[in-house]
Amino acid sequence: MHIVVSGTEKEVPAGIALPALIEQEGIESPEYVTVSINGNFVDRRDFAATVLQENDEVEFLYFMGGGCHGFEQ
Amino acid sequence: MALSNEQLERYSRHIILKEIGAKGQKKLLNAKVLIIGAGGLGAPAAMYLAAAGVGTIGIADADVVDLSNLQRQIIHTTPDIGKAKVDSAKETMLAINPEITVVTWPERVDSGNILDIIEEYDFVLDGTDNFPAKFLINDACVMARKPFSHAGIIRFQGQLMTVLPGESPCYRCIFREMPPQGVIPTCKEAGVIGAMGGVIGSLQAMEAVKYICGVGELLTGYLLTYDALQMNFRKVKLPARGKGCAVCADEPEIRELADYEQPACEWRPGT
Repeated sequence: MHIVVSGTEKEVPAGIALPALIEQEGIESPEYVTVSINGNFVDRRDFAATVLQENDEVEFLYFMGGGCHGFEQ
Repeated sequence: MALSNEQLERYSRHIILKEIGAKGQKKLLNAKVLIIGAGGLGAPAAMYLAAAGVGTIGIADADVVDLSNLQRQIIHTTPDIGKAKVDSAKETMLAINPEITVVTWPERVDSGNILDIIEEYDFVLDGTDNFPAKFLINDACVMARKPFSHAGIIRFQGQLMTVLPGESPCYRCIFREMPPQGVIPTCKEAGVIGAMGGVIGSLQAMEAVKYICGVGELLTGYLLTYDALQMNFRKVKLPARGKGCAVCADEPEIRELADYEQPACEWRPGT
């Protein structure tokens, strides 16, 4: 099955669920990644029940700190 | 007020741009921008905005310059080690452009002071390195309807978005809750390439200039991600503002600021 992950065309097994894709992609800190499919965010509680469809466009958005040491707690 | 001959020369490369012109330059000279965090992101942003002639630049940071900052925080120099970052930053900014006003806030923004600090500024740059500050800046700017630029950097990666509260999605639309401490590596733990602050901090300055001059399309409704190793810039389209967002929905759950604490986590890098 053909999908687009972070702008890159991918072939994945038909009926792959979101958690399996997250694992396959080697996503860092998967509990804290934000996922959008076709421009809509997926609620974290729905990850397990989310099955990808042909031509889905998936984006992973990550927490990123910043300026570094400028403002430490 | 007409531009002086010296200003015409100093800002000539701006003025010659049809999108800026003398009119845009005057807008910059009358603008007020606040930079929170004089670190990897805030340093280049502050230097470019000072050079651009942004009339009033506020800079907030409670820290002092450390030797380990100098690999990327190019507004500070080796003799500045031990100096308050806001003072060191101010010296560099005024050396670049003595005709601007630099207002220093040598303090950590918190729920008690942030609304007062951001109030007088037209645009805010988040150059902080920690999630409690990022969530606080987001929530305060949304509540005060203050346009701002969010950015984050780590390793060889950076991200950026501009938020027009009430119009475009905010940081909390993407990231609903703060991650527990220790699960997301910091630059101190994971490292960051020095030039990443230059790339992303300069883009924050670019958004501030575009906002002030009213030119082009702001980076609203998108998260720009930059992967330096692949040399890949991507604009990731975001869903519309506010849907289920605790702070920018039309009926928000969060109506007052609090000092956010990062939930503790049993796992920490290196343990």
